[in-house]
Amino acid sequence: MFARKKSLILTGVLATATAVALVGCSSSSSLSGNDSSKSAGTITVGSANFSENVVLADIYGQALAAKGFTVKYKLNIGARAVYIPALEAGDIDVIPEYSGSILSYLDKTAAATSGADVASALTKALPSTLVAYKPASAADSDSLNVTPAFAQANNLTSIGDLKNVSKWILAANPEFQTRPDGIPGLKSVYGLDNINFQAISDGGGPATLKALLDNTVQVADIYSTTPSIVDNKLVTLTDPKNLFASQEVIPLVYKKSASSKLESALNAVSAKLTTKDLLKLNSEVQGDSKTDPAVAAKAWLKSAGLLSK
Amino acid sequence: MNIFAQGFQWIFTASHWTDVNGSAGIGAQILFHLQYTVIALFFVVIIAVPLGLLIGHTGKGRAVAITASNVSRALPTLGLLALLILVIGIGIVPTTIVLVILGIPPLLAGVYSGLESVDRQTIDAARAMGMTELQILFKVEVPLAMALLIGGLRAATLQIIATVAVAAVYGGNGLGRFVLDGIAQNDFAKAVGGAVLIIVLALVVDGLYAIIQRFAVPRGVSRGSVGRKHAARGGSIPVVATTRTPITEGQ
Repeated sequence: MFARKKSLILTGVLATATAVALVGCSSSSSLSGNDSSKSAGTITVGSANFSENVVLADIYGQALAAKGFTVKYKLNIGARAVYIPALEAGDIDVIPEYSGSILSYLDKTAAATSGADVASALTKALPSTLVAYKPASAADSDSLNVTPAFAQANNLTSIGDLKNVSKWILAANPEFQTRPDGIPGLKSVYGLDNINFQAISDGGGPATLKALLDNTVQVADIYSTTPSIVDNKLVTLTDPKNLFASQEVIPLVYKKSASSKLESALNAVSAKLTTKDLLKLNSEVQGDSKTDPAVAAKAWLKSAGLLSK
Repeated sequence: MNIFAQGFQWIFTASHWTDVNGSAGIGAQILFHLQYTVIALFFVVIIAVPLGLLIGHTGKGRAVAITASNVSRALPTLGLLALLILVIGIGIVPTTIVLVILGIPPLLAGVYSGLESVDRQTIDAARAMGMTELQILFKVEVPLAMALLIGGLRAATLQIIATVAVAAVYGGNGLGRFVLDGIAQNDFAKAVGGAVLIIVLALVVDGLYAIIQRFAVPRGVSRGSVGRKHAARGGSIPVVATTRTPITEGQ
């Protein structure tokens, strides 16, 4: 996610150094003859450096392995600015992406927000070296959440209902203050002019949740597949005017590695993957059980009927 | 344009002093920054000074104090803040706690090493004259150690001023707000502007301490040192000479 990429940058020099080091690894391995040695059936699956994306990469990889591909992994590569060039160079062949974020990364002026608009705009915005397959219905987008008590007290169901609440504070990453689909969007699309902003740089993580539960803030921007939303029975305000761009999970593929066999394998995953599944996978991997992403991925593939044993 | 030039231009844009993206401007954030610093420093002083005086005067517990100081220096401020935020929640309390933990070691070291630097013969003489322990402490040791004491306070203040910026990570105010927001919003002029302002603020406060430190050395101490006659007439160079030795020891 674009926003998440930024919050990751904030985690500091260490993360950047790691990302650089990893790119160093991936590019050096490609220089040592990745293209020549690659058999038709070898696919390298990459991922960004956050756990949900790693699980998705594991799902893609295991689904491809089940279809007879030889799969290599380059997980936790880093932020979008690092792994997209790697994908364009063919250092990795497949990476799970989010439609809205990758669109705004490729086309800074993109205005599409609904699922269909984003998909068609993305097809146009993709460079000639890349191809996107079918998006899943699973989406991990920004969402505004309130506590059940606050929702009930103020009769809230959609974002627009906040207009009638006299005093409330919104917590989000600092970029939300200036992003077109942040506060400016809340003002222009929903006509909210009573926003008090509280920046918390953890991407809707534990500090944001704590502030919301403590009633220090009343509304929090939390990614829609974050387990804490379900765990704390938070009420996600609906977004009928599509302020937040659709963020469907979509396989992005290096064009030279694309094949109908690859496409059908990845589309089969997209056809089954729902937001609920993603939420459950995140709960397993990030929650108390700390399930290994590869194990969680395997369990999901089995339950979806994409893996026989 | 050069990113640093952009940063300075951001600072010198008049409207930024009252309002930045609809939130507090530079003027208000400087006050917030100083407010966090002063609050933290208050607790640092009421904890570190009595403790340092006790250790320095009695000579007991020095090993424990040094170990505790070094251990607390090794604590990562941001990590500790993240932990406290999850326990206490966002606000000024967790920020103050991490800043106090950060500020105690330099001041504590300044106080007890200041007291230790006092010549034992001077203290023995005071005791022989019939001074009580408290009189020795406050009439002999503290005045003689004053330069090192202020030096410790100076180091603690600068560390805190430079570190208040982490408050912004979890929604706090202060000049760190501009750095964090600037990076997140791809507004690097703002980030550089904020960083420059923190540096300038630290240098200004350090300059104030340099002045205070000059006057912190009691007359009795400077009388005995070289160049005192010139200092009495208000010559500026000898004044530096009288304070230089203690400052160097304190650093």
